[in-house]
Amino acid sequence: MRVLLLVLLTLVFLMGVTSAPAVAAPPSTAAVNDAALLTPRPARKLSAYNLFKDGAAQVPNDGVYPYDLATPLFTDYAHKYRFVYVPEGKAAAYDDRESFVFPVGSVLVKTFAYPADFREPEENIRLIETRLLIRGDKGWAAWAYVWNADMTDADLKVAGKVLPVSWVDEAGDQRDIQYVVPNRNQCKGCHVMGDEFSPIGPKARNLNFTYDYEGGAENQLAFWANHGLLDGAPAPAGAPSVPRYDDPAAPLEARARAYLDINCAHCHRAEGPGSTSGLFLTWWEQNKTAWGYLKRPVAAGRGSGGFMFDIDPGKPDQSILIHRLKSTDPGVMMPEVGRTTVHTEGVELLREWIKTIE
Amino acid sequence: MEKGEAMTSFKHALMGLLILVVTPAALAEDAIVRIDASTDIQEALQEALILAEPGTTIELPEGTFSFSAALSLDVPDITVRGAGMDKTILTFKNQIAGSEGLLITSDRVSIENLAVEDTPGDGIKAKGVDTVSFRNVRVEWTRGPNAENGAYGLYPVESKNVLIEGSVVKGASDAGIYVGQSQDIIVRNNRAELNVAGIEIENSYRADVYGNTATRNTGGILVFDLPNLPQMGGHSVRVYQNKVVGNDTANFAPPGNIVATVPRGSGIMIMANREVEVFENEIGENASANILLVAYPREYNDPTYNPLPRRIYVHDNKHGRAGWDPDGAVKDLIAPRTGMPVPQIVWDGVVDGFWAGLFGPDDEESVMINEPEGTTFANLQFVKDHILPWGADPDRDIEDYAGSYEFRGPVELPQDKPVAVAENN
Repeated sequence: MRVLLLVLLTLVFLMGVTSAPAVAAPPSTAAVNDAALLTPRPARKLSAYNLFKDGAAQVPNDGVYPYDLATPLFTDYAHKYRFVYVPEGKAAAYDDRESFVFPVGSVLVKTFAYPADFREPEENIRLIETRLLIRGDKGWAAWAYVWNADMTDADLKVAGKVLPVSWVDEAGDQRDIQYVVPNRNQCKGCHVMGDEFSPIGPKARNLNFTYDYEGGAENQLAFWANHGLLDGAPAPAGAPSVPRYDDPAAPLEARARAYLDINCAHCHRAEGPGSTSGLFLTWWEQNKTAWGYLKRPVAAGRGSGGFMFDIDPGKPDQSILIHRLKSTDPGVMMPEVGRTTVHTEGVELLREWIKTIE
Repeated sequence: MEKGEAMTSFKHALMGLLILVVTPAALAEDAIVRIDASTDIQEALQEALILAEPGTTIELPEGTFSFSAALSLDVPDITVRGAGMDKTILTFKNQIAGSEGLLITSDRVSIENLAVEDTPGDGIKAKGVDTVSFRNVRVEWTRGPNAENGAYGLYPVESKNVLIEGSVVKGASDAGIYVGQSQDIIVRNNRAELNVAGIEIENSYRADVYGNTATRNTGGILVFDLPNLPQMGGHSVRVYQNKVVGNDTANFAPPGNIVATVPRGSGIMIMANREVEVFENEIGENASANILLVAYPREYNDPTYNPLPRRIYVHDNKHGRAGWDPDGAVKDLIAPRTGMPVPQIVWDGVVDGFWAGLFGPDDEESVMINEPEGTTFANLQFVKDHILPWGADPDRDIEDYAGSYEFRGPVELPQDKPVAVAENN
């Protein structure tokens, strides 16, 4: 009896001691705020997470690492700053094909920004929004924070927002758009696999290239592994890779398929929201009809543009795929969300590719 | 407290308990979020659709409200209810973002008593939803038939337990009511008017389509199955007691889509599919034909797909005039063989293989017809005509097709059960 009491007392004491730091210790202002990341309710202000040493300059906090994608998703020409944070002592699990499996408490950070003049991309940068994908214990949650005019902080926007954005493009032309900050449901519109919320970008094939880190250039997969962010990754040479879509030295077909993979395949795959169309555009899709070759539309409506096939070999301008990428009409355009302008360079790449298909 | 009162309140308490036990959602159903007409309704409604707790009813006031972006709902157990399909009007004339007016991706959702107008894309889409209901909803493109109208009005897809009733759809450039790649479906007592296809059931299993009026469309009611899709092999569809009359709108669908091939003046059209029963409909004033039974007409590359209509049972329909002014393929391919007017019921007679071509398909995979005396019919015998060097004339002898198939009973849906509790009152 006495022994049991002792054991119980010890247990209570131990519990008290072990739980004490979690309750008592205020979140350090210096480190990333793990407690905030683990709270199901999102913070009202982006600054609450301490992800940046300098938010306006997008200087990440310790343990928050920048990364880039070989071929990125197009979002109205926005410049993007991407960061990954994995809690101390944990690591994401490598996957050959899908997004890495991140541990609870991880966050993927993406800031959308426009330099006033794209010919001077490092000057006069206006931050628009920072999107967080936070891995909670029940799965991923997506939140969008819209930067204030002084870029001192960003506020949570659950229902989305439309913002006028202007810049001068590389050719010196003035561009004005209505930039759409997505609402939470729109985030899920793309970030979903089956029923699960899922990241899109951090896949081996899109990370497998050399990034210019502060401490020197290094392959991103190697860097992630060396810094304990990633478990189980093979040497970069043994991992898949896609080319940059705008790398003229890479094979045309690979560039086109890489572009379709990152821009379309999160929906257009058997597990995605675009499954109903039967058009599947993943990097590995081998079924010609499935990736659009002489494939007839199903529920395209006027999205078909009067054309018979998604990809009409050799005839880009009679291919529904090109028609929908060229459009900004909400009843026609693809992707359905994420852009209000045409990605001329992307469309041109796909036109050139379709021209070569027999 | 008087004894009677106590008794009553006790009864009420008991009733409450009973309701709780019988319908677990009853408690949550009390939660009502009312959207105020004076607020920025676009933001208020979208925020409510995101933040609502399961079980909430979101109520919309009377009035016409303009939206520039698509609305979306991803919370389960939600009812969105307006003040009536002519009183609460959501107009998307100025929409700049989103490919439908409202997108539903969560389970057990009901949309009621409101209208969605002039979306650049689809009206209301439900994707991958278990248990979705549209009741007394109107989706309309107010300028009438136009190739620039959105494709689908009410558009459940890859869903199950789908109920569409008492609704009105007008002006869709594809189908007013379109149920695609879904299972367990009831479409009843709706009105589909001035669409390319009034009502279309595509690549779906177990649908009951009844009590609807399909008029002034290009084609009234279509039951289709298409290749190269995640769900194929559409089957078990009953189309009955509908009024399918005067479908006289010229086809305004953008080419490329399968409905762009539907001839103006098609009443009920069955393409591919297995086990379709068409009965007790009133079908008339359709200038191409009242009932068309046809194979998928295009080339395809999908070995798992069956392009033929099989086990089709057509009986006890009331036929009016048909076939006096055929259009499209009925004009080009059918009328030259049948002469004018085109018969009320036409089967293309495309069958699988040489043997079936000569002698007709196996009884289990065929077409059975028991229509009132005087109904005109032709089996075009396309395959036989192709096989025999001297060709084959259409077979007009409707008696040859007499017979029947046993089909399943009515589709039952969880949201369509009578409420047992009410009788205790």
